[in-house]
Amino acid sequence: MKKFAAILISLCLLLSLAACGGSGTAGSSGSAAPKRLTLNVYNWGEYISDGSEDSMDVVREFETWYEENYGTPVRVNYDTYASNEDMYAKLKSGAVSYDVVIPSDYMIARMIDEDMLLPLDWGNIPNSEFVSDDFKSLYYDPDNVYSIPYTYGVVGVIYDANIVDEADAQGWDLMWNDKYAGNILQFNNPRDAFGTAMYKLGIDVNTTDPADWQRALDELTAQRPLVKSWVMDEIYNMMESGEAAIGAYYAGDYFTMLDAQADSVDLRFYYPDPTNYFVDAMCIPASCQNKELAEAFINYMLSEEPAIANAEYIYYASPNRLVYENEEYIEEMGEEAIEILYPGLENFQEAYNAYAYRNLDPETLDRLNTLWETLKIS
Amino acid sequence: MSRAEKRQTAAAMQRAALAPYTVWAVVFIVVPLFFIAYYAFTDDNFAFTTRHIVRFFTATSEVVTDAGAVREVRTYLLIFFRSLKLAVISTIICLLMGYPFAYLISRASDRAQKTMITLIMVPMWMNFLIRTYAWMTILQDTGLINSLFGALRLPTVHIIGTEGAVVIGMVYDYLPYMILPIYSVMAKMDVKLLEAARDLGCSSAGVLRRVVLPLSMPGVISGITMVLIPSISTFYISQKLGNGKFYLIGDAIESQYAANNLHFAAAIAFIFMVILLAGMALMRRLTGQRIYGGA
Amino acid sequence: MKKTNRFSHLYTALIFAFLFAPIAILVVFSFNEAKSLSVFSRASVKWYRELFRDSVTLASLKNTLILAVAASLISTVMGTAAAVGINKLRRKWLSAAMDTVTNIPMVNPDIITGISLMLMFVFVGRFFGLATSLSFWTMLIAHITFCLPYVILQVLPKLRQMDPSLPEAAMDLGCTPMRAFFKAELPEIMPGVITGLIMAFTLSLDDFVISYFTQGNGFQTLPIRIYNMTKKTVTPKMYALATIIFFVILTLLLVTNLIGDEDAAPKKRKTRR
Repeated sequence: MKKFAAILISLCLLLSLAACGGSGTAGSSGSAAPKRLTLNVYNWGEYISDGSEDSMDVVREFETWYEENYGTPVRVNYDTYASNEDMYAKLKSGAVSYDVVIPSDYMIARMIDEDMLLPLDWGNIPNSEFVSDDFKSLYYDPDNVYSIPYTYGVVGVIYDANIVDEADAQGWDLMWNDKYAGNILQFNNPRDAFGTAMYKLGIDVNTTDPADWQRALDELTAQRPLVKSWVMDEIYNMMESGEAAIGAYYAGDYFTMLDAQADSVDLRFYYPDPTNYFVDAMCIPASCQNKELAEAFINYMLSEEPAIANAEYIYYASPNRLVYENEEYIEEMGEEAIEILYPGLENFQEAYNAYAYRNLDPETLDRLNTLWETLKIS
Repeated sequence: MSRAEKRQTAAAMQRAALAPYTVWAVVFIVVPLFFIAYYAFTDDNFAFTTRHIVRFFTATSEVVTDAGAVREVRTYLLIFFRSLKLAVISTIICLLMGYPFAYLISRASDRAQKTMITLIMVPMWMNFLIRTYAWMTILQDTGLINSLFGALRLPTVHIIGTEGAVVIGMVYDYLPYMILPIYSVMAKMDVKLLEAARDLGCSSAGVLRRVVLPLSMPGVISGITMVLIPSISTFYISQKLGNGKFYLIGDAIESQYAANNLHFAAAIAFIFMVILLAGMALMRRLTGQRIYGGA
Repeated sequence: MKKTNRFSHLYTALIFAFLFAPIAILVVFSFNEAKSLSVFSRASVKWYRELFRDSVTLASLKNTLILAVAASLISTVMGTAAAVGINKLRRKWLSAAMDTVTNIPMVNPDIITGISLMLMFVFVGRFFGLATSLSFWTMLIAHITFCLPYVILQVLPKLRQMDPSLPEAAMDLGCTPMRAFFKAELPEIMPGVITGLIMAFTLSLDDFVISYFTQGNGFQTLPIRIYNMTKKTVTPKMYALATIIFFVILTLLLVTNLIGDEDAAPKKRKTRR
């Protein structure tokens, strides 16, 4: 019995430790006469400026700003997900209602198809004019009804200059170069892995031709003996420590690795051509409980201070003019980062529409998955 | 109350104690089961089909090895057996490591026992992802072990990305679940039985074999169950410590779910569940021990 | 005799070293200046500072603890009662059915348990016309559900090991059946109950897949938070958190041992032979 009591005391002490750290969901306190509104936001993890490392806490600032401007206190429930598919599963099942969600392009296309999103009222989102026209009317939302871009990015190849010869560092061939066998990392998810092979072979990543997919599989099979590890988030550790010398990932993430690399490692980055473009955009799901509040939040995220704070924190490129034309932002990021993040594409829309992932039909999706299994189980 | 009355009341009360759990089990275990079965036996339009079930057993892949050899395999059966193999190896190692450890702890002083038992669980209170990351740092080719070997001028070892690394990770995560039940049974073992055996001429090894082992069997079965069963559907450890090279049943279900093939994912899970439950029922018959059942 | 003592000490030490090796890494890297989990640059306490300013992570820690404490306590009580009942089952088919049903949460991969529970909650939620079917309570229910088999699996062997004449003797000596259970049976099975409790707590603390599918708005737990960070990178801040938890528990261990000491001392004198 004593032991039981001791355990209970310990647990209570643990609780009090956590409690003194403050509550992450405390909105305005006290007995406010106007009823408190709740906003449920669903976003990727680590995808908003949240106050760590001296950055702006966008969510808290929004609560303050909203109360100041509208007189009503707001509490934001900010939840995160690790993948589009996880988010889709929760929303599709109808298990939870969210007011704002930030999926990737192909998922938005699927959700529009399945009537899971609400059209946005641009009257309530005047800041949408600051988003460059390059990013409007993209394939997944051609009439610009359901979404407004949040970040965008391009997949590139990261390599350790201490191991890789400059001459080899071009195109997708580097990832297939057997000189570096055992030093190469490949995406551990079917779409991205097949994507790299298809870009290399010049195949359309959204093809429905089984022969094309087979060719891509053969290419990946040829690469397999050279691959050290199939990675997602482990790529950070592995590139930083020099465990591997070559890998493909997103531009912004390159800078995270650059910051933390070991002394023996010299990481560089380049874009092969063609490569994958992605856009993550803010949308309002059909289960939204308060559309105007949601639109106010989206509008806030598009305003200067939050947009810059987010772009600096996430390290991905922003489609918002207020960000990429802002001098302080440019200075803060530094020349090299700006050059890489904003490659100055002549016709972004054209490149994007040609090379971005689209929502595959069920048969092709199934084929992709089956081929992926074949690749992985031998 | 008379003696007999008391006994009857006691027995009735004890059976009644089962009531809350029974209700809970029906609502939260059996009912969701219907959802799994529902998805497993229907197609995208929710019409009845056994297509997914059949697919699990008959799907084949033309697998190309690195050397170029081509052979045809039953995809999901292969994946299942590989997962089973890793789980069995890990369970056996857990048992070999954990059994003596549980025994040694149970012979220690009361205070030492309490401390050691809690100490065993402490690593499990560190978040699962974090623990796995830490193992990566230890086992990587540029990791701690190899740095140490390098400093001592020993040749480097390649551990991460091998089955060995996955087994290490699995043993690490499940070892406490093997130790605790065995210890728990050994702790209350009557010391006098051991002494009596020795007095009657048994060697130390004999005591172990003839007295300790049979008495600790319920704990061992418990431990094996709690390690083997969950470890078959492990996938995170194989991804991180196996460098993504081992595609296990957990990965397969994940994949299908991510590809929006919820029906097939449910089918895999359903078959998996039936196989395991049948296996456990069989083990029950063979060993004569019920895993949960009464005396 | 001496040899076995040394060998047993060595063996125990090795196992503990194995169990605590990653913890050592954790502690060391929590003091890493760089944002990396594999490259140590310089020593720094910056992640501890970051941690204390990170109210979301601390809130998720609090949520996780509340959930784990509640789930482990409830599942231990219900599980122990269930074990007692199962132990007394006479009919074979009922016993076998109980066995099978109890095994199911342990057999199913997390993602399946999570999704099936989610679907069920949605079904019920729709019935009541709710916009959100999930909440703290659905998460709690889910956690209790996957903890129960482990508790039952811990308590049953102890029940079987126990001498059934003990509670009978207690009753003969005048106890009511209820009292006999608490005074005679419970202390005998206590090690099983305690280990069941500890296991349930551990399982709940670490779960992220099932939690993800059964969580409602605004109640994120720590494992979910950490897992969702992996899209970008897990920072040493999480290592700092783990280190703090580790040292807190270690301290509590020492404290409870001191309490235990006062308990054990008189006992020791009695059993001296």
